Amino acid sequence: MTAPETQGAPPPVPAAPEHLQGRGAWFKRLPVVHQVRQSVGLQRGMLVTGLVLCAVFVVTAVGARWIAPYGWSQLRTPEGAFGAQQPPSAEHWFGTTVGGYDVLSRVVWGAQTALLVVIVAVTASIVVGVLLGLVSGYFGGWADRVLVLVADAVYAFPSLLLAILLAIVISGGQSSMWGGVLAAALSITVVFVPQYFRVVRAEVVRIKGEAFVDAARVLGTPHRRIMTRHVLRNSVRTLPLIVTLNASEGILTLAGLGFLGFGIEPTAAAEWGYDLQRAVADVTSGIWWTALFPGLAIVLAAMGMTLVGESLNDLADPRLRVRSRSRKVAGAVAATSVDAGSDADAGTTGPSKEES
Amino acid sequence: MSTSRVAHIEDLAVSFATDAGPVRAVDGVSLDVAPGEVLAIVGESGSGKTVTAKTILGLLPETATASGAVVLSGHDGAQTDVVHVSGAELRRVRGRDVAMVFQEPSTALNPVYTVGWQIAEGLRAHGKVSAKEARRRAVEVLRTVGIPDPEQRVDHYPHQFSGGQKQRVVIAMALVLDPGLIVADEPTTALDVTVQAEILDLLRRLRDETGTAIVLITHNMGVVADLADRVAVMYQGHVVEEAPVQELFADPQAEYTRTLLGAVPRVGEGTARAEARAASRPEGWADGEPVVRAEHLTITYPGRFRRPGFTAVDDVSLTIRPGEVLGLVGESGSGKTTIARAVAGLQPVTSGSLRVLGTEMRGARGRALAGMRPRLGFVFQDPATSFNPLLTIAECVAEPLVVHGRAASPAAARGRVDELLEAVQLPRSYGDRYPHELSGGQRQRASLARGLALDPELLVADEPTSALDVSVQARVLELFADLQAELGFACLFVSHDLAVVDLLADRIAVLYRGRLVESGTGAEVLGSPSEDYTRRLLASLPVPDPAEQARRRVSLATA
Repeated sequence: MTAPETQGAPPPVPAAPEHLQGRGAWFKRLPVVHQVRQSVGLQRGMLVTGLVLCAVFVVTAVGARWIAPYGWSQLRTPEGAFGAQQPPSAEHWFGTTVGGYDVLSRVVWGAQTALLVVIVAVTASIVVGVLLGLVSGYFGGWADRVLVLVADAVYAFPSLLLAILLAIVISGGQSSMWGGVLAAALSITVVFVPQYFRVVRAEVVRIKGEAFVDAARVLGTPHRRIMTRHVLRNSVRTLPLIVTLNASEGILTLAGLGFLGFGIEPTAAAEWGYDLQRAVADVTSGIWWTALFPGLAIVLAAMGMTLVGESLNDLADPRLRVRSRSRKVAGAVAATSVDAGSDADAGTTGPSKEES
Repeated sequence: MSTSRVAHIEDLAVSFATDAGPVRAVDGVSLDVAPGEVLAIVGESGSGKTVTAKTILGLLPETATASGAVVLSGHDGAQTDVVHVSGAELRRVRGRDVAMVFQEPSTALNPVYTVGWQIAEGLRAHGKVSAKEARRRAVEVLRTVGIPDPEQRVDHYPHQFSGGQKQRVVIAMALVLDPGLIVADEPTTALDVTVQAEILDLLRRLRDETGTAIVLITHNMGVVADLADRVAVMYQGHVVEEAPVQELFADPQAEYTRTLLGAVPRVGEGTARAEARAASRPEGWADGEPVVRAEHLTITYPGRFRRPGFTAVDDVSLTIRPGEVLGLVGESGSGKTTIARAVAGLQPVTSGSLRVLGTEMRGARGRALAGMRPRLGFVFQDPATSFNPLLTIAECVAEPLVVHGRAASPAAARGRVDELLEAVQLPRSYGDRYPHELSGGQRQRASLARGLALDPELLVADEPTSALDVSVQARVLELFADLQAELGFACLFVSHDLAVVDLLADRIAVLYRGRLVESGTGAEVLGSPSEDYTRRLLASLPVPDPAEQARRRVSLATA
């Protein structure tokens, strides 16, 4: 065996990402597609279910104006008013609410509001959380201690209470759609920033002690270059997972705010939590459609994102990842050793199998 | 099947499910272990020796599939095929017929229970014993493994024991049920040389006194020569050679065994080379300005919560002259790495003076070090972590050139990077690979290329080969010596291995608990050590020759 031959050998490290090997069609190397191909059994089922739910949610949100039969605050057509609390019919598939809105339209437009809030909330918390975490973890010192203390304090508050407080402070009685969306999103942001801060800071503190950062320091690399080139990119690997999990939490927080009356006015935008709250009285009088559909929308959207997040989380961890295994002893002996005679070290000694 | 063996492995094959499909770790291995015999399984990492050992205990992970047979014979003659029995049966066999001694004693013990409790745990798992009886047995077995005051020590927690004592406790846990076979997976790798000698003594004594057979997994040929009766050499999942220990060392049959034995560094090999180098130095060389001059260097780590700080380096004075290789040797905790880090400016100096390339390191900060940084290279211990995993090898090697403005971007530096890679005998194309796609030895070559990128006057190498297999280590050391001769940089070479240091160093400094106990040329320090500690260190180092090692053992015992 000579050195060139082993270049085509199977990836040495069990966790060797396939996208670095440069084989297969390009779409197979896309982040999520890669994970779907990698997964098997129940994990694949969970991931695919989550992806389908998320896809339906996003398509509904983006295409709301074509999908929804009516506007979110529409009460009548030229033919006449919808009427309040009408049961599902050919005109109103999901019936109408106590306020006389079409439930189907409200649910569809509600997806748009939810998506906007989640995008704004997650983007804002990532930017703020990652920046703070990076600087705080890298430099340490008293500023780091104060920031950790603040993050802990924010953690100690019930997140919904904090969101309510901020919704009041930010919106101050605004009722426009963007005003409401931003207020809801920023109040969720404040709850999430400590999470990103803590995760990134912990990673940065760990990476800072790694030998390759020492190697950069020995060279006299400036701090900014170490932070961006060596530390940052290595410490944000877990973020996509937190994002998917937080997105579902964001939807729930938004619905909670709306349910408690701190969300968006019904005339400004459709919001599931608000609709659910208006439907509370209907349930006892046997009007099920006003509560069921917004409630279902919340559950499915949150579940879709949670499923994606959880299964990506499991797949990212080689110890949790389920692999298809054969009953029989199979496979070739990996070239784990060094060829005695060759000039370069042939083969590979990654973290060997027996250590896993 | 005869009853004269405690374990019988036949045609064992193990494969692991990985992302890239199944990989076979062990293929067609057949071995026998006789009662009271020490069988050593040697091989480099990835050769399947640990997988084989774990199969004996049925400890393979979920992802593994095994075929073949591993038959264990108990004291009562009952035979169990570990590969094919149920979990319940396997639990009965473990501890009673076969026990395990782990590599890292500090993680093999549960920190929240006393050692007595943990030893008794094995007894409780195999039938009812009264608390009093369990304690009596625990004390007895602790005495057997040579823990002083076992009556008191039985109630101590693991952190109250030293590393060597912890390994004794782990051995006691394995012994408590008096198994016919103990599997010891690298039992001394995590220990210092002097402690290693004691543990090897203990294992030999146990074998003689209790008649337990031992399967010893190791990569250290010195340990094999010291303890083993019979040796099985594994390579790429196969047993390539199996022979009694004297025969194997005297007349190795397999090509691979010969290479492996040839790669083991021996104390005394480098002395001639060092003398030749010393003779070729020009007149007045010793009077020149040294690249490193430490005077009464002291480094303390601050204590927490008003506790006194820990003095890692205590009043050390040494010099490295241009083009000279200084080997710094010591056991763990002796402060050798701290000195290396201080020389590179990674660790502040507490008191004394440390001048590196004309810059005083004590109290120096960022800007003051800027002039000296490009003149110094550093090679780290673990090649796996010293590269940014997201950059290619070429980008990593180009980093010093970019940082110090010799090149505008990694792409612009590629020409020089290719030269460097060729200098360390790596193909140019490896520059486009990511660090995890290289083997340990290749990564350490790349690390050397990065350390030499700026053509430094001083290279600090902190245990550069301790994470590598013996055969790989030999070639990296050879490369290192060639490059040093060619480029003429001065070097601070830190290692715990006297034989490795001896190969490269012009002068050797021995550290013990932060103090410099002895320094001089290799011939002086290793040939006629004046300090007691150095003598002990040398005597504890097992030599890869069974006959010679047996002689040394006797003289060590009588000394």
